[in-house]
Amino acid sequence: MSVEVLSRLQFAAATMFHFLFVPLTLGLSILIAYMETMYVKTEDETYLRMTKFWGKLFLINFALGIVTGITLEFQFGTNWSRYSAYVGDIFGSLLAIEASVAFFLESTLIGVWVFGWNKISKKAHAIVMWLIAFAGTFSGIWIIAANAWMQHPVGYTIRNGRAELTDFFAILTQKFAILEFFHTISAAYILSSFFIMGISAYHLLKKQNIEFFTRSFKIALVLGLVFSFFEAFEGHLHGADLAESQPAKLAALDAHWETSKKAPMYLFAIPDQENERNIIEIGPIPGMLSLLAHHDINAEVIGLKDIPKDERPPVLITYSAFKIMVGLGFYFCLMTLLGWFFKDRLTEKTWYLKMLMLSIPLPYIAIEMGWIVAEVGRQPWIVYGIMKTSDAVSPITSGQVLTTLISFVLVYGLLGAVGFYLIWTNARKGPDKV
Amino acid sequence: MLIESIWFFIWGLLWAVFFMTDGFDFGVGSLYPFLGKNENDKRVMMNSLGPLWDGNEVWLITAGGVTFAAFPKVYAVMFSTLYSPLMIILFALILRGVSFEFRGKIDNPKWKKIWDICFVVGSFTPALLFGVAFANIFQGIPFDGNGVFHGTLFTLLNPYGLLGGALFLLLFLEHGSLWLCIKTEGDLYERAVNASEKIWPFLLFVAVAFLFATLFTTTLYNNYFASPALFIVILITVAALMGTRFFINKRAFFKAWFSSGLTIAGTTFFGIIGLFPNMFPSSMEPEVSLTAFNASSSPLTLKIMLTIVVIVIPVVIAYQVWVYNLFKFKITDDDLEY
Ligand code: HDD
Ligand code: HEM
Ligand code: HEM
Repeated sequence: MSVEVLSRLQFAAATMFHFLFVPLTLGLSILIAYMETMYVKTEDETYLRMTKFWGKLFLINFALGIVTGITLEFQFGTNWSRYSAYVGDIFGSLLAIEASVAFFLESTLIGVWVFGWNKISKKAHAIVMWLIAFAGTFSGIWIIAANAWMQHPVGYTIRNGRAELTDFFAILTQKFAILEFFHTISAAYILSSFFIMGISAYHLLKKQNIEFFTRSFKIALVLGLVFSFFEAFEGHLHGADLAESQPAKLAALDAHWETSKKAPMYLFAIPDQENERNIIEIGPIPGMLSLLAHHDINAEVIGLKDIPKDERPPVLITYSAFKIMVGLGFYFCLMTLLGWFFKDRLTEKTWYLKMLMLSIPLPYIAIEMGWIVAEVGRQPWIVYGIMKTSDAVSPITSGQVLTTLISFVLVYGLLGAVGFYLIWTNARKGPDKV
Repeated sequence: MLIESIWFFIWGLLWAVFFMTDGFDFGVGSLYPFLGKNENDKRVMMNSLGPLWDGNEVWLITAGGVTFAAFPKVYAVMFSTLYSPLMIILFALILRGVSFEFRGKIDNPKWKKIWDICFVVGSFTPALLFGVAFANIFQGIPFDGNGVFHGTLFTLLNPYGLLGGALFLLLFLEHGSLWLCIKTEGDLYERAVNASEKIWPFLLFVAVAFLFATLFTTTLYNNYFASPALFIVILITVAALMGTRFFINKRAFFKAWFSSGLTIAGTTFFGIIGLFPNMFPSSMEPEVSLTAFNASSSPLTLKIMLTIVVIVIPVVIAYQVWVYNLFKFKITDDDLEY
């Protein structure tokens, strides 16, 4: 295999693995900060037990988030050196700012939170968790701005044989970055809320610590409900924006081949990239794609055939990932809505609790599918419209990358298994008595 | 010209602070099998780093990020030519990082053994390899105008590179043993004091050897001969090394630790100053060497980043000092988290 293919596999493995832990950090930090604040305000011991119980799971997850992040910070240089030299002026700054304004705060304070229970006041301790939550979210802003710039580059000019910065502010405030940020952060909240609800459901089914887990459940439910609906709406705006920013991706999302007015959407299709058609198309909804993309049922939507063959993304992957994500998005709306009606008689609804327990992995799947949509759908570009992925790769040997790729898979696989095992055993054990 | 030079020194400073802070973490981790005689000692040693190592490691992340932002070409060529050693360092850091969180989670000797090994390997490897990498940068790396590396991992393991590795390892061992002197009591404390005294002469010997080897294998001294006032950096570094020993004698371990931190920073700056304006010299074709001037970002990026760094880094230092102050007490059994 070529250095390019191996590097892509390696980068995908490393980022997707990193992003198994990131969303739970983002969501749980806020919920824990809220629980601890409630403890400081009400002096109610249950809130302290909640803080400690969810905090323990949070810390295991956090450790994995941190160690998988470090490799990412260097992988642009190790594997994508041509890319790094070409866009470092812009992309590198966003990464450097992320580290200096967010990671420092987050990583320094996490130590204070873990070790500082008796060293600082209760109030200060709760504030520390708020700051950790803030720093995590803040780090997201910069890295998402960096990613959004690759999806839709703005505020630059090509000079001295590379992309140079002309408008810093434009990069941070462009529509793509804002949409992507809210989409990612909401996804994180949905995931965290299903995580808490699922674990609470397990204990409620066993009828243990009922008061503790009902309370946890309700806190998570509110967050999940709000953001599931928000996500579906926001995701739609995100998709519609692609009509302008990345028409090739939009066409791939719905396997749309012919440029047409009143473009339909299919309930089910199997795209065939080779022959530029869909093998199967079932359940057309006339005008739906036009409506979603341009808010006008008669609008014209560009089809894949009008995009040069070598600038089309892998359609089948993009298409399937998108459908899975959206399908799950609606499922999350449904589940949280049901939760709202059942919230005061949860223990009676055992089928619902069982379903929630089994739903813990689903937001993880949705999130990974989302990144596949965004990243695979951008191919063959590494920076949309200005640099191809094949021009970005480092002049290293495939033997080197193969070795590290195998190491990544092995090490991450083992760490993932250990992390999963630890989270699961600790979640099952339930809260300590304090 | 000026702004590139400023950035060059910020770049050096970030590495120096990283080695000063995470350096004692690496040292404690490398001493762990020798000083940690029983389970309690081991837990104390890990917990002495617990609240701090993560914040320390961010200096590395920031050094990486700033290299990317201010000197994209250096980031690109340095990290792709040093692909294998850097990946080894990163994997080592992964193992070290998780061992803190995982080790104490299951009470089983075999389980603990696994994470003990990860902790030690994860601390020792970066300590050594950072030294090897920097010494090689001092003498030049065999890469061509296309950024292609002509060599293997073993090319880097030349005598001067290994000497650099030994120097860094000893600096960190000294620094780590002094941190344990500050943080521990009883037997472990006695052993740490003993270690700090035993390591010191080796460190002195290797440091002197390195200063001489540098004269014969690199061009680092050219800058010093050009402006002899710069020799003060070497003098301060040597004085700090002597001071370390002096404070150990007086059992003033906080001062000794501070002094050894200064030695580490001085050593880093000794190299950085000698390199200037080179950042990543090529030993194959000196004319393709990357310098602060031919590898930097656009003036606008440099200006924006400088504004941010000048505001943010002092704030970071301020809250990190606060945290160090909070956790510089001697550890007792009540403080054990892991
Ligand atoms: C700041 C930039 C950035 C960010 C935040 C992300 N990615 Fe990415 N991604 C890239 C920058 C990038 C890249 C450097 O541009 C890659 C490497 C090769 C490529 O074409 O794009 C890439 C490729 C890439 C691929 C492989 C695409 C292919 O080769 O066909 C996948 C599946 C992902 N990424 C997934 C993710 C996930 C799960 C992320 C969540 C953390 C993520 N990306 C964040
Ligand atoms: C490919 C791009 C990415 C790179 C290079 C990267 C880099 C890093 C690094 C170096 C760390 C460790 C920081 C530390 O030690 O404190 C980290 C952690 C983190 N990253 Fe990323 N990251 C990427 C993608 C993302 C994205 C897209 C987000 C979210 C929106 C994100 C959010 C976080 C958070 C919240 C943490 C804290 C630790 C944790 O996850 O538990 N990262 N990342
Ligand atoms: C319910 C309807 C949803 C719609 C219409 C939708 C739409 C989209 C679109 C169009 C993209 C690609 C944007 C790009 O090109 O970068 C995307 C990306 C993504 N989606 Fe969704 N989404 C939905 C639900 C969800 C859910 C429920 C999750 C996770 C819990 C999720 C997680 C993600 C993530 C992580 C990305 C990549 C980051 C980004 O580009 O914003 N999405 N989504």
